[in-house]
Amino acid sequence: MAKLNMVKALNLALLQEMERDEDIVVIGEDVGVDGGVFRVTEDLHRKFGSKRVIDSPLAEAGIIGASVGMALYGLKPVCEIQFSGFAFQCFHQIENHAARYRLRSQGRFHCQMVIRMPYGGGVRALEHHTESEEQFYAHIPGLTIVVPSGPRNARALLVSAIRDPDPVVFFEAKALYHAAKEDVPDEIEALPLRQAQIVREGTDLTLVAYGAMVRVAREAADVLAGEDGAQCEVIDLLTISPLDRQTVVASVQKTGRAVIVHEAPRSFGPGAEIAASIVEGAFLSLEAPIRRVTAWDVSFVGFARERTHIPDAGRVVAAVRETLAY
Amino acid sequence: MPRKTLEPRFSVEFLSVLDADGNLDTTLEPDIAPERLQELYRAMLLGRRLDERMVRLQRQGRIGTFAPIKGQEASQMGSVFALRPTDWMVPSFRETAAMVWRGWPIEKLLLFFSGYVEGGQPAPDQHDLPVTIPVATQLPHAVGLAYAAQYRGDDVVVMAFFGDGATSEGDFHEALNFAGVWHVPVVFVCQNNQWAISVPLKKQTHSRTLAQKALAYGLPGIQVDGNDVLAVYAASREAVARARGGDGPTLIECVTYRLAMHTTADDPTKYRSEEEVREWERKDPLTRFAEHLKKRNLLPEGLEAEVDAEITAAVQRFEAVGPADPLSVFGHVYAELPAHLAAQRDDLAAWLQAARDPGQAEPEPPSPPMRGQRRTTRWQS
Repeated sequence: MAKLNMVKALNLALLQEMERDEDIVVIGEDVGVDGGVFRVTEDLHRKFGSKRVIDSPLAEAGIIGASVGMALYGLKPVCEIQFSGFAFQCFHQIENHAARYRLRSQGRFHCQMVIRMPYGGGVRALEHHTESEEQFYAHIPGLTIVVPSGPRNARALLVSAIRDPDPVVFFEAKALYHAAKEDVPDEIEALPLRQAQIVREGTDLTLVAYGAMVRVAREAADVLAGEDGAQCEVIDLLTISPLDRQTVVASVQKTGRAVIVHEAPRSFGPGAEIAASIVEGAFLSLEAPIRRVTAWDVSFVGFARERTHIPDAGRVVAAVRETLAY
Repeated sequence: MPRKTLEPRFSVEFLSVLDADGNLDTTLEPDIAPERLQELYRAMLLGRRLDERMVRLQRQGRIGTFAPIKGQEASQMGSVFALRPTDWMVPSFRETAAMVWRGWPIEKLLLFFSGYVEGGQPAPDQHDLPVTIPVATQLPHAVGLAYAAQYRGDDVVVMAFFGDGATSEGDFHEALNFAGVWHVPVVFVCQNNQWAISVPLKKQTHSRTLAQKALAYGLPGIQVDGNDVLAVYAASREAVARARGGDGPTLIECVTYRLAMHTTADDPTKYRSEEEVREWERKDPLTRFAEHLKKRNLLPEGLEAEVDAEITAAVQRFEAVGPADPLSVFGHVYAELPAHLAAQRDDLAAWLQAARDPGQAEPEPPSPPMRGQRRTTRWQS
């Protein structure tokens, strides 16, 4: 058991899985000698060589397209897109091909591959280095969209993502990379995909979040417990698509109220799907309208204003208070 | 400070073996056994006759839109003929003749062009990818397949097909660049048929040849007479041998012509002249090869009837396929059916059941009111 930050925890997952399975290759810009711009692939090049840890040319469509070919042949590529803001240059390869090969070939081929991308703000970065755009991928059938919220579950989810027979888009919140250290077991640990976790029990309201926003939701829940005596249940989705509706619905059936927190723009975002699922599954339990606390529906244009763009605990607390008072 | 010319040291070869009048350059003729020549001709003829039949089937509304190959039989068959069954073929959407040669049953292709996803399923031991519709996006897959084959140490070559329009796409350039950097066993076969729907080659690129695009990525590029099956085969055999021998990728540009429409949905008389089409009909790859075989006394009698009978039998098998099961689409989205898809499948099943048996379509009676429920007027009526 070692205390690791998320970067080291992800690195450990890659290292142990690559030792276990020779079919796993890592590919991306700067993932080799440099160890990735965030150091997630550090030292893998030295241990496994340039055939397995591939410093690719600077071309997102080439990285994902070539990885689709590798996966069709039976390798298990773990691709790194340096920042999710650049992934639209390979979006067609993800949507047209990685996600569809199983259906297109009626099960003859499938793409066992992981596409890792750092996402989100809070680290004072440039345009295209700060976006939270998971909603585009969550809309695509055939993909699984995973967003860890801390070092230990990041490691366990990456292990499961690598072993999953279908393509997984794995979003890593940059704000979490160095945010905190957690105890991470030495032996390989895996968490089931597509399963949400209740990370704080409560009876008055359900807070649904994922990725960096889990921290914000927990902080808000602490404030509400202390100042209002309100007990919020906090759900960490971990996988946003396919969505674990059951856990969310069961929680709202118990609490009667829900607030959803995400960093993606509000309209047509994951919050809309979660809210629709709650209405479909727990309509008769609702005591108040469902609220969403999200980034605004504007493109991310610079870090000077990111503190008012990304939800913080204060905004979540205010939304919860309004919902409780309804 | 010097200002000097850096000699890039390249040139593009053009290869032609059999001219439009059936004259053979014996010094360049690839060595092919007579019965193999006959097989090659049969495959080209089958491609032509199938294409003609498919246009009729489409006009009758018995299959959907498809892309005819008429005029490109030599480019397709000359190249794919150089592969072993264990090699991989990566098609675009216009490789009907090559796909049949690689083992795709004709009825499966007809199913595919009738909107049945089942038509995209290669046999378990078949090393071919299904048809790719978005232009050039299959080319990085070919590079990845070749990388994986090399990684595993398999004796495998990958051959990828695309048209002249594809050379304008980013994926074409990324694929050639990756292939060059990785030095993987892949052969890129461009069927330059002069027209990307209505846009002629001169509006597609300012390059003198498409083959020369290879040189920017450090690969050999060669232009061949794409209506000369012997030239296409000679160039392909060389490129496949180079790939197999560990000497990396090649780009082959087959200069050919699409005699028919881009797909059955467009009308080529709107964008090109009759004179141009007539000029290319004079260079028809099929008649040219037939002429050559006739001179060598290798052209079999009654081949057309034999090929037509094979196509007719396949059309009959295709038309005997029952209606598609609407529920089967849920089965291949993920390895395991997720809960939300199971629910959607059950919704569709219930809907279909209700449609078959209208008596079952009655709504359930309303349940007693629960906490917070307001009865609507609709339920009260």
